[in-house]
Amino acid sequence: MPKKVLKDFEIEYLQVLDENGNCDEKLMPKLSNEEIKKIYEMIILIRVFDQKAFNMQRQGRLGTYIQFKGQEASQVGSAMALKDDDFVFPMYRSSGLLIARKHPIVQVLQYWNGDERGLKSPDNVNNFPISIPVGTHMIHSAGAAWAAKLRGTKQISISYFGDGATSKGDFHEAMNFAGVFNVPAVFLCENNQFAISVHRKDQTKSETIAQKAIAYGFEGIQVDGMDVFAVYKATKDAVDKARAGKGPTLIECVTYRMADHSTSDDASRYRTKEEVQAWQKKDPVERLEKYMRKKNLLDDAYKEKILKQSKETIEKAVTQFEKLEAPDPKDMFNYVFAEMTPQQKEEMEELLGK
Amino acid sequence: MVVSNIVQAVTHGLRQELARDKNVVVLGEDVGVNGGVFRATDGLQKEFGADRVIDTPLAELGIVGASIGLAVNGMKPVAEIQFSGFMYGPFDQLLSHAARVRMRSRGRFTCPLVVRTPYGAGIRALELHCESGESMFSNIAGLKMVVPSNPYDTKGLLAAAIRDPDPVIFYEPMRIYRAIKQDIPEKEYFVPIGKANVLQEGKDLTLIAWGAMVKVCQDALEKLNNKYSVQLIDLRTINPYDAETVLASVKKTGRCVIVHEAIRTCGFAAELIASINEKALLNLEAPVVRVTSPDVPLPFAKLENYFLPDVNRILKGIEKVMSF
Ligand SMILES: Cc1ncc(C[n+]2csc(CCOP(=O)(O)OP(=O)(O)O)c2C)c(N)n1
Repeated sequence: MPKKVLKDFEIEYLQVLDENGNCDEKLMPKLSNEEIKKIYEMIILIRVFDQKAFNMQRQGRLGTYIQFKGQEASQVGSAMALKDDDFVFPMYRSSGLLIARKHPIVQVLQYWNGDERGLKSPDNVNNFPISIPVGTHMIHSAGAAWAAKLRGTKQISISYFGDGATSKGDFHEAMNFAGVFNVPAVFLCENNQFAISVHRKDQTKSETIAQKAIAYGFEGIQVDGMDVFAVYKATKDAVDKARAGKGPTLIECVTYRMADHSTSDDASRYRTKEEVQAWQKKDPVERLEKYMRKKNLLDDAYKEKILKQSKETIEKAVTQFEKLEAPDPKDMFNYVFAEMTPQQKEEMEELLGK
Repeated sequence: MVVSNIVQAVTHGLRQELARDKNVVVLGEDVGVNGGVFRATDGLQKEFGADRVIDTPLAELGIVGASIGLAVNGMKPVAEIQFSGFMYGPFDQLLSHAARVRMRSRGRFTCPLVVRTPYGAGIRALELHCESGESMFSNIAGLKMVVPSNPYDTKGLLAAAIRDPDPVIFYEPMRIYRAIKQDIPEKEYFVPIGKANVLQEGKDLTLIAWGAMVKVCQDALEKLNNKYSVQLIDLRTINPYDAETVLASVKKTGRCVIVHEAIRTCGFAAELIASINEKALLNLEAPVVRVTSPDVPLPFAKLENYFLPDVNRILKGIEKVMSF
């Protein structure tokens, strides 16, 4: 009996805007000039935020901070394809995403300064608190998507995670549940090439992360994660498909962590300057600016204006943040259960008085 | 002798064991090229090669599960879990498998594995990195649980853990990783698992702590300035704990304060108090007092200090027992 090939697979790679700002008009998603400007302005805003937060950490004005520099297009491009009541399950590197998802900047700072109050999502958007353990939240996203399906809410659910997270069993369980129950979930992997010091090639033997979806019976696509149009398009397609009841998608955004893993890390221990410089050329901001210039959507005056506006917005938030009152120590007892236990009441009194 | 803090003592201990036994391997996230996020494995991959000091994929359950397989087939894995907050993914592997290999195979297979992990709050780390889960792991029969409090014990206990024939959780006090420096021997030595350390003799009161809380107790005693004669015990091993030393001390002093940074309910103090009640109740002059964290999830950095036992709370506990 000759051997037969039962399955063969292909994985698509999507790029709309190349490094020089050249756009493939056939692939370009439908976006008005206003929308393109909105995307640009958000990208600049979060980039300014990221740098400011880092500086503040270095000055001792903020706790540990996790930069997302290099990943702005992945975070903003995908956020723009979502509705407010869609469920978002972010990770620790998602500060830019959160800002794009209307999370108040003051609260993002508050969170990184070790204050729980920063996590509370505004009432009108469904941003779940960020996941600090790597990868444990993807299955929640599958569950939230399942609920949307069961309740017929038309919401979709999306989770954000890194390349490292795909090594965890949690990833596979989430993908499998999503596939089996055909739920409206999108899995968005920001493959920034590193899990702290471990390079992507040492994380999995698969050539792409996108192809892992095949094993769970749904589509996976790899996109240029520094190309905001490609990310937007892939997410929009996946979201539309999910809303139409056609199941989950895995999107692998190929991007790069331009900064250290966190403010406690020193990336020079495990990667070269040359490598970082090579990725720098793919920068999501520069290519978008080049494109917008060609389309007469951007000139120096506009660019300066947006940068200035962004700085003002961030400075205003910082001022507000630095005026916040310290949390009340009783706060740590207040949200554990709907009602405090007798033990907690006793301990609270013992610790903090009546 | 070599001057060393706790992190360096871990490195010395690992280096000694890697050099001694070619079946010892160190594995975990970022332990190789990066030398560990706390540098506990700094330089070891260069020295012993990438087959013995191994960067794994990001998967705690995988690290511990694979270590069980390595251990049952003749290797001596020393796994690192980057922060104790990530010990709960592999909890199933520890509870359902590592702890039962010997029992279920009637001794045909054994599981001599060590899982090192930094624990403990007080350094403004991110949430879910710093919980004290020693009593959770001690509630698993078949796992040993060790918590050193200084560099000397760290190296000696780590060597003992690696030579131990059964699985050992090695809980490293992150808060004092670099706070204490000691001269420690360069040559091989052991601190036995299951033996507490009497750090200070005393006759009025027994004060028991482990890990990072030992230092806080010492600071409290300094402030107490010999007002009472306090016997300070560093428990060092949580499971199996040294009941003999604890009971002998409590029988002598009749008063006891237990300090831990884990939350109160089902914290390890409860077990110690039960054993004191069983075996030394009639020697007690006062109820034993627990100074612990409250029954809430460890709050973020801003409120961390309200949560953790500190010098004042320990002194208050001591006064409560002494004035009973
Ligand atoms: C379960 C778990 N293990 C380990 C860590 C420590 N840690 C934080 S981030 C990280 C690397 C994650 O890499 P990746 O998933 O690629 O995301 P990235 O940080 O690169 O965005 C590690 C090991 C953690 N937070 N959670």
